[in-house]
Amino acid sequence: MKKVKADPKGVLTGAHYLDGDYALAEGALAAGCRFFAGYPITPSTETAERFSERIPSVGGVFIQMEDEIASIAALIGAVWGGKKAMTVTSGPGFSLMMENIGLACMMETPLVIANVQRGGPSTGLPTLTGQQDMMQVKWGSHGDYEIIALCPDSPQECFDLCIDAFNLSEIYRVPTFIMADECVGHMHEKVVIPPAEEIELVERKWFKGPKDKYLPYKPDKDMIPFMVKAGDGHRFHTTGLTHDERGYPALNAEFQEVCVRHLVEKIRMNADKIIKLEEDEIDNAEIIVISYGITSRVTTRAVQQARKAGIKVGTIRLITVWPFPEKRIKELAKKIKAFVVPEINYGQIVREVERCVEGQAPVIHIPHCGGWVHDPDEIFKAIKEASK
Amino acid sequence: MSEIRFSGFGGQGIIRCGLIAGKALSLFDNKQATMTQSFGPEARGSACSSQLVVSDDRVLYPYISAPEILISMSQEAYEKYEPELRDDGILLIDKDLVKSKPSRGKIKTYSVPSTRFAEELGNRIIANLVMLGFFTAITRIVSPEAMKKALPGLVPGRFLELNKKAFDKGYEYGKKILTEEKKPKKK
Repeated sequence: MKKVKADPKGVLTGAHYLDGDYALAEGALAAGCRFFAGYPITPSTETAERFSERIPSVGGVFIQMEDEIASIAALIGAVWGGKKAMTVTSGPGFSLMMENIGLACMMETPLVIANVQRGGPSTGLPTLTGQQDMMQVKWGSHGDYEIIALCPDSPQECFDLCIDAFNLSEIYRVPTFIMADECVGHMHEKVVIPPAEEIELVERKWFKGPKDKYLPYKPDKDMIPFMVKAGDGHRFHTTGLTHDERGYPALNAEFQEVCVRHLVEKIRMNADKIIKLEEDEIDNAEIIVISYGITSRVTTRAVQQARKAGIKVGTIRLITVWPFPEKRIKELAKKIKAFVVPEINYGQIVREVERCVEGQAPVIHIPHCGGWVHDPDEIFKAIKEASK
Repeated sequence: MSEIRFSGFGGQGIIRCGLIAGKALSLFDNKQATMTQSFGPEARGSACSSQLVVSDDRVLYPYISAPEILISMSQEAYEKYEPELRDDGILLIDKDLVKSKPSRGKIKTYSVPSTRFAEELGNRIIANLVMLGFFTAITRIVSPEAMKKALPGLVPGRFLELNKKAFDKGYEYGKKILTEEKKPKKK
């Protein structure tokens, strides 16, 4: 894994007042993204707008595609052509992307997709918030695969996590997702962009051997195969079919196990290295509130209230939602009185928590249908109830 | 912590007001200001609003619930948002565009002919800057220096000076009103 400094050309160093959508675009440009293909959809359109304005000045390409499935196809092509690439969307567009997200996973193509979530299902609430695609991002395409998904809680984190997302996607050759939401995407706050030399990027793992010896799916010691730039003279093949190390179709159970197991294990076995959590006052906690994205900010207000009332409550903010931090939750389940999980959906990540807790403690879900954030009071009441 | 709502009709630069004040507070006045805005059909031509939550610490709840400052530049927006203004809040209105009801509770109402002033300066499009200057003088929640520093990038470069002039006009008018308010009333 070779680390390099960011190219100053893409880095808008300084303090800005930006919304989360704009910050996503700035994060991507700072991370060296030089290709964007997408189809505008509220509430993610501002990211596309910003890209279209900014990317020509850094020598990149912006394409408005005919739809979202084509956007992912274009990204895959750009990445195999040697670029770092990104797209943004929201619920309906995300659904359309699913087939080619599977293709990107199977082809082990590093790319970044931001979903600025809005209320669903279907066209739902175009201009209002939701956190209802949290399971879709993990399970939306068919077959077994793993992805990485991060959840920003502010415009600043939209910038920061975008850089992390590009790095993770390159390290593990996997599509990486930023699961923002309308509230974070559309809110304006201060965003500090550091100087280019303070931004550390992971360089793609380029193959340096003889051109006729390249094997696009031969795992290296760290499990991750090398990449090449299409058109540089290497002979290679890549496909959505189950394949061998050469990338040629190998359609039997034996290769299926090697191929799919690799897609899953390269993430699961590195989960500890990937997962980022923000924990607060966990050590003496009786109750733990687990939340992510905008909900974690609202949660903090409820937790302050609960602590004032003398309740021993800790918090875990899931910066990484996938892979899910099951080891940590399992560990805590043994000693915690109850878990509280607020999220803007009718029960998604709470199921993962329940799975990890294995019945050792009650898991209290605070659902919200979308369109707005939780009332902190509602979360406070649940904490109080759980502490009894 | 303060909650502020700028309101008017789409096209008056209401969102821009939130952006300028939010940027001024966050980047130049050492505060944390979170700005959200109304999206959807209501933002296109009819009542439109932008909201600011201002705090010394991190803003946790991003939306406003009971603002202490309401700025209304249209009758429709005034009628829509006035009921949520706190009983001890401050109401700022455009003198010619908003006809206010008798104020309730301890609400203090201040009015400025922002659109008329902007027309006198040559362009009604800068009425929002007159209002921002007035808002800065009356509420003192943000410094005029920070507001002016926030303008580049948020108003077109070639109109920067005109926008500053509009801001000053509103600011001076606001200061004058405050001074008169302090003077003992003649019997």
